[in-house]
Amino acid sequence: MGRTVMNERAVDYGDVQGLVRFGYGKMKEASYALLRIKNVAAARSWLRSAAITSAVAIKPPPTTATQVAFTAAGFKALGVSASVLANFSPEFLTGMTEESRARRLGDVGSNAPQQWSWGYATRMPHVLVMFFAEPGQLQTHVKSAKGNVWNDAFEEMQWLETADLDGVEPFGFADGISQPQIDWERQRDVTSPQLDYTNVVALGEFLLGYPNEYNKYTERPLIDADSASADLFAAEDVSEKKDLGRNGTYLVVRTLEQDVRSFWQFVYKQSQGNLSEADNLAAAFVGRTRAGDPLVPIQNQTIPGIGPDPEQVRQNQFTFDENLSGSRCPFGAHVHRANPRNSDYPGRPTGLAKLVTMLGFGPKGFRDDLMSSVRFHRILRRGREFGTELKPEEAINSAPPNESKRGLHFICLNANIARQFEFLQNAWMMNTKFSGLTGESDPLLGNREPIQGCPITADFTKPREKGVARRISGLPQFVTVRGGAYFFLPGLRALRYFARESSA
Amino acid sequence: MILAAIDPAREAELRQLLDSMNAAPGRVNANNTLIPFAQFDTLHFARLLILDDKTLEDARVYGGGPAPSYPLYLAFVGDIDGNVDTFFKKLVNVAGAGLRAIFSCCEGFTTNTDLVRWMEKHSAPTIAAYVNCRGRTVRQVREEAALKEAIENYIKNNATELNGPLREIHTRLQQFVNAEKSSGRLVLSHEDRASVIWRIKNLLHLVGMPLLILLALPLLLVIAPIILIRLRHLEKTDPELCWRCDQAHSDKLSRSEDHDVTNQFTAMGSVKPGLVRRWTLSGILTTVDYAARHFVRRGRLGRIRTIHFARWVFLDRKKRMVFFSNYDGTVESYMDDFINKTGFGLNAVFGNGIGYPRTNWLVLDGCQHEQNYKNFLRRHTLPTQVWYKAYPGLTAVDLERNTRIRQGLESSSMSEEEIREWAALL
Repeated sequence: MGRTVMNERAVDYGDVQGLVRFGYGKMKEASYALLRIKNVAAARSWLRSAAITSAVAIKPPPTTATQVAFTAAGFKALGVSASVLANFSPEFLTGMTEESRARRLGDVGSNAPQQWSWGYATRMPHVLVMFFAEPGQLQTHVKSAKGNVWNDAFEEMQWLETADLDGVEPFGFADGISQPQIDWERQRDVTSPQLDYTNVVALGEFLLGYPNEYNKYTERPLIDADSASADLFAAEDVSEKKDLGRNGTYLVVRTLEQDVRSFWQFVYKQSQGNLSEADNLAAAFVGRTRAGDPLVPIQNQTIPGIGPDPEQVRQNQFTFDENLSGSRCPFGAHVHRANPRNSDYPGRPTGLAKLVTMLGFGPKGFRDDLMSSVRFHRILRRGREFGTELKPEEAINSAPPNESKRGLHFICLNANIARQFEFLQNAWMMNTKFSGLTGESDPLLGNREPIQGCPITADFTKPREKGVARRISGLPQFVTVRGGAYFFLPGLRALRYFARESSA
Repeated sequence: MILAAIDPAREAELRQLLDSMNAAPGRVNANNTLIPFAQFDTLHFARLLILDDKTLEDARVYGGGPAPSYPLYLAFVGDIDGNVDTFFKKLVNVAGAGLRAIFSCCEGFTTNTDLVRWMEKHSAPTIAAYVNCRGRTVRQVREEAALKEAIENYIKNNATELNGPLREIHTRLQQFVNAEKSSGRLVLSHEDRASVIWRIKNLLHLVGMPLLILLALPLLLVIAPIILIRLRHLEKTDPELCWRCDQAHSDKLSRSEDHDVTNQFTAMGSVKPGLVRRWTLSGILTTVDYAARHFVRRGRLGRIRTIHFARWVFLDRKKRMVFFSNYDGTVESYMDDFINKTGFGLNAVFGNGIGYPRTNWLVLDGCQHEQNYKNFLRRHTLPTQVWYKAYPGLTAVDLERNTRIRQGLESSSMSEEEIREWAALL
């Protein structure tokens, strides 16, 4: 009987788009089509016939892959009914560029959506089709995947091209090192408070239709059983309904232009023209060396979801628990903001001590317990770079005329945009008050825009072992948002439902 | 807090008046002509809003006829230093005409009404209040913020010389601050100690409550089991009304949020019917008030460090309740904080509100139904027409840091450990 239960609970990888499980690292070529639907019937027909790659692990692994996702406008254009649409999340429905949201995300000033090359007003795509291929195969893959119907179905609004910078993002740092490990086996128990940092995260944080870190099912469209929905899974929590969200998730895309020259010229100047000092300062901004090693020492105790691969241990078996003074890794460093690696309670109290902490009589240091528990705010990153490589020693020289742009198509997956991506971006990245700091936002991503009562947000604090912290001022804006949107990456059965022949 | 029923015929006019106090939605003009908030140096936060609860229909899940109807109220809430009488007097002096214009939209206010007496008459009692740091005045907040800025600039300009031992740096900064003080560029006032009367009252409150409970103990012991059994039954059967609020409502709230590092929050709803729920809620809030007054650690409400001021007020003979707070960060992070850090308290209080997500033994579950809880709260959140904060750009943690910096500067007997902790604040 235990076996049957297991089977019912097991994830059907064949229904999940592959990007959730794989980064497609070997497929070094990728290109993303931002499309608008011209003809609904043709679009549905293309979507029905498209070979969308699933998360099933096959040997040998595929050499090409295709993934598809939709904006809320795209679902409308595709004829998805208003009642179904209404049950997607409010963030997805109102979109990344809604004025209040843009303010929260830091998309103001030169980041403002009005200036984006895609994702705002009439430049809102309906469909995102992502093509991946091993070197040399992308063109033929795209051509064959498009087939005959593509041109009738879609207007190609824009292509997001990517470049393979060999695992290094444009500023020159190893990228994509820290990723949560998804609990595919559904073994994680979140019914009691988590006293230790773990890198294993409940499946429901990344796929709809499964329990999340609160042990609850995230809201999603559940529909009545009828002939059209016959192929869909029943909802685990509401068995009489069909789960249109199951095995789907939200996909956030943001095109981030990186001013690599400005970055290196700034740290070079701050280091009085000493390249190795500049390297150290840049590492302090990031919280890792360019090779990807953390600035705090790794710990002996293992962390669930990290290792046993030695490189992963070397780069990720750490927390900031011993970084009390911030002298090893500045509090405002990018990796500390992105993942403070904390747990539900500071200092792992048990029994009576837990009660004491809960009532507010626990540790009373200035920086204690300032951050929310990170397990509710993880994202799975799937971004890819664009533009050409520029080494730091070249970046300190001024740019040739008409230099092409470089940066990152930031992509992340999460089941709850408000609690995961938006929280991270707002409360940790853009927040000028993160971790008891003031007057500074993320050293890489910050927009340096003044906020009410705080004219200066362009500082960076680098605590020292001895003496007072070094305060660096006047950080330029290194990263500018050039586009973005919220998409839904459906499960494959749900995709067939959306693309079915009969019009809704 | 002043609470007055609005004359239905004048509601539109009142809304216009309130809007005229803002420079833009969610951004008050601190020097507006009606109530120039900036002129009050004892006022931390203020808000004016129309208590327009759109969830009155919810009460119908408990049967009975049409939804109850209540007057539409105007609330004027302020968090002040010192006593209310002095503040009212200053209010009338500075903003008499503006207040008259606003209150004239309320029932029973005429051109002949005595303003102070009218405000006293319309003051609504607070059942529970929380203050981030009792005794920290607006003046102190501003002086300490100026101190922090002066020190920061001094360090920036003298970075190369401030590399010695921490104790030396401490002495140098003391010298710098003393020089700034003597030249009048910095002021660090010492607050008057609380009055004798206030201290006696506070002591009586501290001792009185346990005494009262002790006196009532025999009775309590008899009725407590009955109440508990009843509550256990109720919480298993009370309906949950946790659907997502209308997008237009949420968008409207969003437009006035996140203009400052601090936000205002007002939530309102109906208390579950029956004496048992009403007694429970009163008891819990009285306990919260008592603990907040005498026990909580400065700067913390349980584990939460982002709340400046909060208060709970009953309306309409305890049939309804309003909660007001001023918190740092976005509403999403505020709600997460509550769920993950103080969920038990949240459940104990708001679990007595109609429609709250199902609790278990009063303090468990409830808000752990994260999305239901967030939906519930957003649906009960009211738009605030006018909101003022005396120190834009400063969070509660900023205030705590600045106070700690000052205390360290004024101390001459810090241990090595203490001096290290102090230096880390700079």
